[in-house]
Amino acid sequence: MNLNIFYHIGRYLILMRTMISRPEKFSMYWKETMRQMNDIGVGSLVIVCLISVFIGAVTAVQFAYQLSGNMIPSYYIGYIVRDITIIELAPTFTGLVLAGKVGSNMASEIGGMRQKEHIDAMELMGVNTAAFLILPKLIAAVVVIPLLVSIAAFVSIIGGYIATVPFGTLTEPEYVRGVRAFFVPYNVFVMFVKALVFAIILTTVSCYQGYFVKGGSIELGQASTQAVVYSDILILLADLVIAIALTG
Amino acid sequence: MIRAEKIIKSFGEVTVLKGISATFERSKTNMIIGRSGAGKTVLLKLLVGLMQPTDGKVWYDDVNFYELNKRDLRTLRMKVGMLFQGNALFDSMTVEENIRFPLDMFTNKTKKEKLDRVNYCLERVTLEGANSKYPSEISGGMQKRVGIARAIVLEPDYLFCDEPNSGLDPKTSIVIDELIHSITVDNNITTVINTHDMNSVMEIGDTIILLHLGEVTWRGTKNEVLNSNNENLQNFIFASPFLQKLRNAAVE
Repeated sequence: MNLNIFYHIGRYLILMRTMISRPEKFSMYWKETMRQMNDIGVGSLVIVCLISVFIGAVTAVQFAYQLSGNMIPSYYIGYIVRDITIIELAPTFTGLVLAGKVGSNMASEIGGMRQKEHIDAMELMGVNTAAFLILPKLIAAVVVIPLLVSIAAFVSIIGGYIATVPFGTLTEPEYVRGVRAFFVPYNVFVMFVKALVFAIILTTVSCYQGYFVKGGSIELGQASTQAVVYSDILILLADLVIAIALTG
Repeated sequence: MIRAEKIIKSFGEVTVLKGISATFERSKTNMIIGRSGAGKTVLLKLLVGLMQPTDGKVWYDDVNFYELNKRDLRTLRMKVGMLFQGNALFDSMTVEENIRFPLDMFTNKTKKEKLDRVNYCLERVTLEGANSKYPSEISGGMQKRVGIARAIVLEPDYLFCDEPNSGLDPKTSIVIDELIHSITVDNNITTVINTHDMNSVMEIGDTIILLHLGEVTWRGTKNEVLNSNNENLQNFIFASPFLQKLRNAAVE
């Protein structure tokens, strides 16, 4: 079992090394990167916004509940929603959601190409398939996912507003004051670091699972599931490591 | 010309190919025949470099294939076309995009030059006007022909076909066979075909090797097949009771 882990780590690293090479044709890679940006970015915007608005709303409601009846000013709800969203919830939830949506899609797409001999056909033409199939996805994810995380953070803060101000939990000036209070730009830096690392994890792990798939439709399904499970575990692990390294 | 030299391929404890040596000649359709599990597909994959042998060499003319550096390998690969058993056409691309893919990837031709080349290849496989169709919208035989068109779009020196007639009716099979043979002769290509379709063998088998349990047990031409006394070959050709009856009737 332990040796199996080393085997996968080794093969993953070799795949990543193979991926980094000069494109055969820059225009083809550019076109593919744009397509992936559209798939990952535009294709995930609605689900990311939907989840973010609820996260922000629930966070605000529950902190309002916890802070009620003590001496802490109510505008702190806005402050807590903002910081917890920026530092933790926006990047982590977006990462986990995208691992499920985008990661499984990448594993299925590449795995399907492996099974239908598309990858063999490209290899035979002289295409570096590791580079052509994975690099555009990685570049697209590294560019688009931090943007999605920024949007998620913004929408979460709006979600907190929607769940508290109209219901009289606190007033609009209080919420806005909280959102603007004690702002530390470094937290945004932490958010982008997390988004970047999560993007790399979910893309490369999912592509790895798809690239080496064998067998038939059952194995393809398993690869897709493993892509999500391993990406999620590694994202949470990376979350902890980054938290300790940057804020511990 | 392609020459395989003492090719051995093992998967763990199992040796699938046991020292295969064979020569595949230019401007000829060279057939690899044998029962399922004889090692035909493994040999074909070793010849094109999709697998590495446990031992042995493959020569493309005077070049040792397995000793090429990455750059030379890429250059050589551009001279290789392959028709896959399942066609390996990209589902999300149209027929035109499928055929154009190698041109987009490896050439600096203008759009018009690429389109002209695609149209020429489509004409060559008698599929004029199918540019905008998707693979799912055309028949199995047409998909094979698109696969051939893509395989020849870069004007290869070597063409490999893995079971080109699998899943096709006899008439369409003949069309595909004739197409492959004419392309081979007209373009002076070294063609290697992996098949167990005896109709193809008897129609276009310029040179033939029979694989049996990982070894070459017979080699010859289509004219020598029926007169051979090789037991493995006879068992392979006359596998069905119907054909055995025909043979016995002919002998009597």
